[in-house]
Amino acid sequence: MKTLLQHGRISLALHGLRAAGDGRPLLLLHGRGQCAPRAVPGDVAAWPGPIFALDFTGHGESTVPRGGGYSVEILMADADHALAHLGGATLLGRGLGAYVALLLAGARPKDVRGAILCDGPGLAGGGPRPVTPTVVTPPDPTPRAPDPFAMIELARDVRPPDYAASYVLQATQFSELDHPISVCAVERPDWLAAVIEEPGVLVTTIADALARYARVA
Amino acid sequence: MTTASTLQDDVDPASIAYPGAQAPARRRTVVSGGLRIAVHEWGDANAPPVLLAHGGFDFARTCDVFAPLVAAGGYRVVCWDQRGHGDSEHAELYSWEADVRDALAVLDSTTAEPAPFIGHSKGGSLLTQLADACPHRVTKLVNIDGLPSRARHPDVAEHERTRMLAREITGWLDHRRRVAGAERKPGTLAGLAERRGRMNPRLSREWLLYLAAAGAQRDGDGWRWKLDPSLRFGGFGPWRPEWTLLRLPGLAPPLLGFLASVSEPMGWDTTEDVLRPHLPPGAEIVVMPDTGHFIHIERPREVAERVLRFLAA
Repeated sequence: MKTLLQHGRISLALHGLRAAGDGRPLLLLHGRGQCAPRAVPGDVAAWPGPIFALDFTGHGESTVPRGGGYSVEILMADADHALAHLGGATLLGRGLGAYVALLLAGARPKDVRGAILCDGPGLAGGGPRPVTPTVVTPPDPTPRAPDPFAMIELARDVRPPDYAASYVLQATQFSELDHPISVCAVERPDWLAAVIEEPGVLVTTIADALARYARVA
Repeated sequence: MTTASTLQDDVDPASIAYPGAQAPARRRTVVSGGLRIAVHEWGDANAPPVLLAHGGFDFARTCDVFAPLVAAGGYRVVCWDQRGHGDSEHAELYSWEADVRDALAVLDSTTAEPAPFIGHSKGGSLLTQLADACPHRVTKLVNIDGLPSRARHPDVAEHERTRMLAREITGWLDHRRRVAGAERKPGTLAGLAERRGRMNPRLSREWLLYLAAAGAQRDGDGWRWKLDPSLRFGGFGPWRPEWTLLRLPGLAPPLLGFLASVSEPMGWDTTEDVLRPHLPPGAEIVVMPDTGHFIHIERPREVAERVLRFLAA
C-alpha cells in the first residue's frame, strides 16, 4: 500500500509494509541512494505495530526535483510529513536515514517515540567540517531516482558533532522517554561519536531498541 | 517620478518610473540543472562582462539604478534572478550549493574568460564562494555588505539556547507542512511596496513602488511578488559564520568590500574590526557612513564610482 504525501512541490511515497498490528507505527528511513524496502526487513520483523517506509525526495517513487538543492534538513521535513500523517511514530534510520532520524527526534520530541540509528549508506555525510569548496554538477543530470544531484549533495553535507549533539539535547530535554535515542550503528563518524557521549543516549542492538520502544506508550 | 495617483491599483505599471532607473537592455534564459534561470543584461553586448548577484529575497532588477552606472563605465553587466526569485522558475528545492551552481551556469553562459564579480548581501557571499571554488574564473571581487560576521545568538544559557533552536526548527517544519499550494498575499502595488518597506525601512516609497512594478505580477485578484512563497526568512543548519571568515584570507582575486554602518532587519551587521584579521592581502574595505544594508541602492553613484575605479586599477 502506497500513500502520496505532498511536501511543497514534492510528492513523497510512503509505503505501508505492514498495515495491521498493535500499537504505534514504526517508520523506516533509508540510506543515501537507497529507497524504501518493499517488504518488512527481517531485523525489524519483531516490531508489534504497523510498519511504514518513506522514500525521501529524489529517491524511490518520490518526485525527482530539477537542479538539486538537497540538504539533510529538507529530508528531515520529508520525514516530518510522514510523522504528521502517522500521528507519531518510532523511527528507525539507516545511514543517511539515521542522521535524519536524529534530527527529527530533536525537532519533534513529543511525536517521535524513540529513534534507532543504524549503519547504512551515507552515515558519515560530508564530515565534521567543510572541505575545499567546489562546484559539482552530475555528468548526466537526467532526472532519475536516485537523483544524481542527491548522490553528490548528500555526500557533502557537513555534520559538526556539536550540531548533532544539539538535537540530542532537544530530544532529551523535551521528550518524555528516558532514552529517546538508541544507537545501534557500529560505524562511528564524528557526529555519532558525539551523540553517544550525551546523557540519555542508549547504545544497544536493533532488537533491544525495538523491544524497549514497543513497550513505551 | 511617481505621484500619489500612481499608487492606485489600476495604475499601469509601465508608467511607474524612478530617477536613474533603466530596465535591462537584454533578457535571456539559462537552464541550470533543468531549471530556467532569467538573466538580465545592461550595457554593450560586446563589452567585457561583469557578473552581478542580487541579495536574498531581491531580484536582478533591484539593480536597475546601480547596474546601468557600472555598464556606463564600459561593461556588460550580467545579473540573474536566483532560483525562486524574480522571473526565474520556482524550484522544488533550494540550497546554497544549488545557488552557487546556478551562478556558475550563468557565468558559463556569459564567458569562458575570467571576469569581475560583484554581489550584494547573499549575492556577495555566493560570489565569494564561487571565487574561492573557481579562482581561475574571477579577476576581481566586489562584495557589498555580504562579508561574513560572527553574528549568532547572543550569549544565553545552554538550556535556553536549546529552547531557541527548538523553536526555530519547529517553526520551519510547521512552515514546510503548510507550504504545498501556498500563495503570496495579493494586494495593490502600493500595498506590496508598503509591505516590503517594513524590511527595507531606509528605502524610499518611490523606489519600493518601482520595485513592486518590476518584481510583482498581476493576477486576477491583485498583485503578488513573484518570489516563491515557499522561501522563508531565517533558518538554521550546521554552517558557522566563522567558517566563511576563515576562507577570506586565501581568496585569490583582489577584494573590495563595502560595509553598512546602520543596522537594518536584513543587514549582516558585519564590522571592520571582526573582518580585518581575516582579509586577504591588499583588500579594501569601505565603511559607508549613514548607510544601511542596501548600500548600492541608497548610494548607487558613490558605489559605482568606487567599483569602476577598482575594476580599472
